Amino acid sequence: MNVLLALAIGTTFGIAVLWLLRGSLWSLLLGLALLGHASHLLIFVGGGLAVAAPPLVAEGALAPAAGAADPLPQALVLTAIVIAFAILAFALVLAVCAGDAANTDDLDAYGGESQ
Amino acid sequence: MNASVVVAPILVPLVAALFGALGPRRPGYQRTVGLLGAFGLFVAAMGLLASVFVEGVIAVQIGDWPAPFGITLAADRLSAAMVAATGLVAFTVVLYSTAEIPDDVVTAGFYPFVHVLLLGVCGAFVAGDLFNLYVWFEVMLLASFVLLALGSGRAALTSSITYVALNLLASAFFLIGVGFLYGQVGTLNFADLSLKLGDPAALDAARPAALLLLIAFGIKAGVFPVFFWLPAAYPNASFAVSALFAGLLTKVGVYALLRVFTLVFPLEALGLAPGLLAVAAATMASGVLAAASQAHVRRILSFHIVSQIGYMVLALALVTTLGLASAVFYIVHHIVTKTNLFLVGGLIARAGGSEQLDQIGGLSQRRLGLTMLFAIPALSLAGVPPFSGFFAKFFLIRSALEADAIVAVTFAVVVGLLTIYSMAKIWIEAFWKPAPAETHLDEPLPRAALVACAMLAVVTITLGVGAEALWSFALATAEQLADPQEYLNAVLGDPT
Amino acid sequence: MSLLILRTASRYLFPLLLLFSVFLLWRGHHEPGGGFVGGLVAATAFVLIALAEGAPSARERLRLAPERLAVCGVAVATLSGAVGWFLGEPFLTGIWWAASPGESPVVGTPLLFDLGVYLSVIGVVLAFLLTLIEETK
Repeated sequence: MNVLLALAIGTTFGIAVLWLLRGSLWSLLLGLALLGHASHLLIFVGGGLAVAAPPLVAEGALAPAAGAADPLPQALVLTAIVIAFAILAFALVLAVCAGDAANTDDLDAYGGESQ
Repeated sequence: MNASVVVAPILVPLVAALFGALGPRRPGYQRTVGLLGAFGLFVAAMGLLASVFVEGVIAVQIGDWPAPFGITLAADRLSAAMVAATGLVAFTVVLYSTAEIPDDVVTAGFYPFVHVLLLGVCGAFVAGDLFNLYVWFEVMLLASFVLLALGSGRAALTSSITYVALNLLASAFFLIGVGFLYGQVGTLNFADLSLKLGDPAALDAARPAALLLLIAFGIKAGVFPVFFWLPAAYPNASFAVSALFAGLLTKVGVYALLRVFTLVFPLEALGLAPGLLAVAAATMASGVLAAASQAHVRRILSFHIVSQIGYMVLALALVTTLGLASAVFYIVHHIVTKTNLFLVGGLIARAGGSEQLDQIGGLSQRRLGLTMLFAIPALSLAGVPPFSGFFAKFFLIRSALEADAIVAVTFAVVVGLLTIYSMAKIWIEAFWKPAPAETHLDEPLPRAALVACAMLAVVTITLGVGAEALWSFALATAEQLADPQEYLNAVLGDPT
Repeated sequence: MSLLILRTASRYLFPLLLLFSVFLLWRGHHEPGGGFVGGLVAATAFVLIALAEGAPSARERLRLAPERLAVCGVAVATLSGAVGWFLGEPFLTGIWWAASPGESPVVGTPLLFDLGVYLSVIGVVLAFLLTLIEETK
C-alpha cells in the first residue's frame, strides 16, 4: 500500500512539475493545483497510514478506543485542502482577469514591467 | 488577562475587517473603520510589547486544550517586537491610504482586506506551532493577492501572476516540509519540536524537512536566488499597499527563519550556517546591484528590500547571540524605514508627477517638507549616523567581526556603500536636478499622508537616538532565542 | 427539453438538500458531519437551482449576497469564541449548556462555531461558483 501511494505521490509531483514548466498561464495553474494535491497526499501518508478505527470518542468515554487512527494528519489535510481550495479559486479568477488584460497565454508576457 | 494580551492583536484586525465588510459601503464609514481598527491594533500591539517586557514569554492555549495537542499562541520578545512594529506600520499606512486610495477601491472592500492581511501577519508572529504558521501565511497571502489586484491596472494584474505562482510554490514546499516533519517527529508544536529534536538522531532524520522549510521561508523572505517575485509585484501596486508589503510581508518570512532555525532546528547542529551565509551575501550583492541599475523610485526601493533581507539573514547565519541581536535590531529598523521610504515615494510621485527618475526633478527647491521627509529615512537606510540604519549596520558588522566572518564584513561594508549610491541617485535626480520644464504640479500634498510619513520619520530618529535602549532590548531578545528554556516553560508548563 | 426534468427535480431536491445539510451540521458534534460538509451540501442545493433556473434565481433564493453571507459566518464563529473569553476562559473555549442540571449538555458554543463555518462555506463556495456560472453564460 505504501509503495503504491509513494508512486502515486511521486507521479503527481512529476506531472505537476511538467505542467509548471510548460510556460503557459493555464498549465501553470494546473501545475500549482496538482502540486497542492500531491503535498496534501504527502502529509496524509507522512502522518502514518494505517487501517484503523475512526478516532471518535464513544458516549461516556474520555478518549478514543485503542487502535484508533491519528486524527491530526486528517485535521491538517482537511485544513490544507480548504485553504488550497480558496487560494486556487482566487488564483483562477485572477488568472482570468490577467489573461484578459494581457490577451495571451504565454507566460513570458507576464513580466511585471509597467507600461 | 495575560491571554487577552496575546489574542488581542489577532482579534482587533479580525473585528475591524468584519465591521468593514458588514457595514455600509460608504467611503467615509470604510475609512473610519479602517483607521480605528489600525489604531486599535497599534494599541493592542503596544500592550503586548509592554506585557512581554514585564512578564517574559506569554503563552495561551486556545480553547483550553493543553500544548502540544491544542493550538498554542505564544509571544516572546521577538514576537512582541514584530507585532509592535506591525501596529506602527498598520496605523501609519492606513493613515496615508486615507489620502491615496480612491473611493471606488475603498468601497470595493480595500480596508477589510488590509485588516485581513494584518490579521495574517500578527497571527504568524504569535503562532506557537508550524501548522498555524502555515495557516496564517496563507491568510496573509490571500489578502495580499486581493490587495495587489484591487483597482490596479494591467501591469499590476499581469505581474501578480508571478507573485501568486511563486508564493503558491513556497506554500507547497512549506506543506511538504510540515508533512515530513510530522511523519518523523510526531508533533508540530514549536516547543515540543524543540525538545524532541534535541536528540541528534532525530535532528538528523528531520534534515530534509529542515531544508524544505528553509526553501519555503527563503522564497517568502525573498532571498537569492528566489527573490524575483518581489520587484515584479511591489512597484505596480498602490503606494499604500506596496508600503504595507514592503514593511511586513518579507519580514514574516525572515521572522519564520529566525523562529524555526533557532528554536526548532539549531542552524549550527544542522551545519547549514555556512550555506546560509553564502546565500545571504549573494542576496545582499544581487539586490543592491540590481537596485543600482534601476531608474524608477519604487523599483530601486524594492531591490533594496532584497539586499536588506540579505543583511538580516547574514546576521542569523552568524549563529552567535550578538548576531541574533543585530538581526532583531536590523528588522525593527528596516520595517520602519522601508515603509517610510515607500510612502515618501508616493509623495515624490505625486509632487513630481512620475516615478521615473528622468521625468522628475527640482523637488528640493519646491518642496522643503518633502525633502526633509525623504532625507531622514534615506539617510537611515544608507547607514548615516545618527539614524537607526547606522546602528543597525554598526552592530551587524561588529557581530560579524566578533564571529571572525571577514567575508561577511566585507560584503556588509561594500553593499552599504552601494546603498548610499542608490539613495544618492534618487536624491540627485528627484531633488537636486532642475525640474523638466512641463512638470509643475503645485497642489499641496495631502496632510494625512505627510503626517503618516512624519510619524515614521520621528520613530526612525528615536530609534537612532535611543539605539542603546533598543540594542539592550535586542540583546535580551537574542538571549531568549539562544536559550529557549523560558519559551518551553511558558508553552509546555514549568517542570519544576 | 432536457432541462424540464432537472427543473422539476431541483424543485423537490432543493429543500431536501437543505434539510440534509442541517442534519449534517447538527450531527457533526459526536459523529461524522459538521459545518464544512453541511455547508458544501447546502451550497450544492443552490448550485443545482442555478444550473436549472439560472444564477439569478439562486441569488434570489439566497436573499443575502454570498460574499456577505461568508462574512456573517466568520462573525458568528468569532462571536462563539468570544463567549468563552467573556466568561474568563481562553479564547475559543467550548462552553456547554445542559437542558437541565445533571444531564449531558446539548447546546454549546462549538455548535455556534460550526454554524459560522456552515454559513461561510456556503457563502464562499457560492460566491465563486455563481460568478463563474454567470461568466460562462
